Amino acid sequence: MTEVHAPLTREAAEELRAGEEVLISGIIYTARDAAHKKLCELLQKGEALPIDLEDAVLYYAGPTPPPPGCSIGSCGPTTASRMDRFTPRLLEEGLRGMIGKGHRSPEVVEAIAKNGAVFFAAEGGCGALLARCVRRAEVIAFPELGTEAIRRLIVENFPAVVAVDAKGSVYNKWTI
Amino acid sequence: MREINAAKIADAVARLYADSCLHLPESVKKKLYAFGNKAIIENFETNGALPLCQDTGLAAVYLEIGQDIHISGGIPAAVNEGVRRAVKGSYLRASVVSDPLRRVNTGDNTPAVLYTELVPGDTLKVTVVPRGFGCENKARLVMLTPGDGMQGVKAFILETVHLAVPDACPPIVVGAAVGGTFDKVAYFSKKAVLRMGPNPDPFYAEMEQELLEKIKNVALAVNLVASPTHIAGLPCAVSIGCHSLRWASEDIV
Repeated sequence: MTEVHAPLTREAAEELRAGEEVLISGIIYTARDAAHKKLCELLQKGEALPIDLEDAVLYYAGPTPPPPGCSIGSCGPTTASRMDRFTPRLLEEGLRGMIGKGHRSPEVVEAIAKNGAVFFAAEGGCGALLARCVRRAEVIAFPELGTEAIRRLIVENFPAVVAVDAKGSVYNKWTI
Repeated sequence: MREINAAKIADAVARLYADSCLHLPESVKKKLYAFGNKAIIENFETNGALPLCQDTGLAAVYLEIGQDIHISGGIPAAVNEGVRRAVKGSYLRASVVSDPLRRVNTGDNTPAVLYTELVPGDTLKVTVVPRGFGCENKARLVMLTPGDGMQGVKAFILETVHLAVPDACPPIVVGAAVGGTFDKVAYFSKKAVLRMGPNPDPFYAEMEQELLEKIKNVALAVNLVASPTHIAGLPCAVSIGCHSLRWASEDIV
C-alpha cells in the first residue's frame, strides 16, 4: 500500500501508477453534482471559489448526517462519470486528485494526463466502513445544498486504488 | 370488515425504512459471503452503526392491501410521515428534490414512491425498498419485437450489464422482465431484483443460469420474470440491484 498525502503535489501525483493501492491521509473536500455545477458557474462569472483547488483532492460523496458522537455519517463514493462534464475545467484550476467510483470519460482521462492529476477509485457501497477513516468533517461552502455542500474532511488511511494515473493509464478493478 | 388506522402504516414504514438502510437481509449476506469481497463484507458487518450506504435512497413503498380491510386516514400522508420519521430518527440522507429540473432538496427525503396492490383476504403487507440511484441510473428498457426473440433479450440484458459495471456497485443482481406493456415491464423488472431463488419455470431458470455464467465476476444473480404480452410486442426491461441490496417487509395486519 502506498501512502498518499492530501493536498497532493503534482510531483507526488506523477509517481502514482494505475492499479496501485493507496491509503490517503490529510485534507480532502466533498463535492458532488450540485457543488460542481456551482463551482463551474463561479468560474464562468470570473468569481472567487470558496476553496483553493490548487493541489486539492475532491471526494465525490454526499454523506448521511452524523449520529451523536460521530464525526460523519455513512460516506462512500458516488458515481464519478456524472462529474465528467465539469472536471476538465476544475483541473485547469489546479485540482490534483479525485476520489469516486466507476469509469471516467476519454475527455477526462486526457485532461487528467494533461494536468498531471490522478483519479482514485474507492469501493462503492461501503459508506459505513469508509466513514471510519474520517476524523473530522465541517461544511465550508454551499450549506444550502445539504448533503451536497462542500465539506472539508480530515481523513486517515482512506483506502482506494489509482484508477487513472497522471500518464492517462486506466485501471479497472471490476471486469466482466 | 377489518378496520385499521393509517397510523399503523406510518409506524411500519418508519421501522422498515430505517431497518433496511442499516441491515442487509440474511439472504443477501449469504450471497455476499460466498462472493468474498473483503471490504463489502466488512461494511455490512459494521451492523447498524451507520447506514450501509450513504445513498439511503428514494424510498419505494409497496402496500399489498387485502380487499377485505378498510383503512381510515390518508395513506400517502402516512407513508410520507413514516419516511420522515426514519430519516430524522436514524440519520438517513435527504436525497429527494421536489422538481427534477429546478432541483430543490425537500430536506426530509419525502415524498416516497408508493405502489399499492389489491390482494385477496384481510391482510396488509408493507415493503420498503431504499432505491439508491447509483444502480437506479443504470436501468434500461427497450420495446423489442417478436422477431428479436430470446437472442434479442439476452443481448439487451448483457449490454445493460456492461454499461452498468462498475458504476452500479458490483457484485450486482440483475432483474430482467419480458412481456407485458411499456410501464408494467419496468415495474416487474424492479420486483425481479428482490426475488431470491430461480424462476420456477425451468425454461427461464436455464436462461438465468446461462446469463449468470457470462457475468459471474460482477454479479450475484440474474432473475428473469415473464408476463403475457401482445402479438406485436416483446417489451424488455432490466433493473440493476447493487450489492447493498436492501429491503424490509412486514405483515402489519
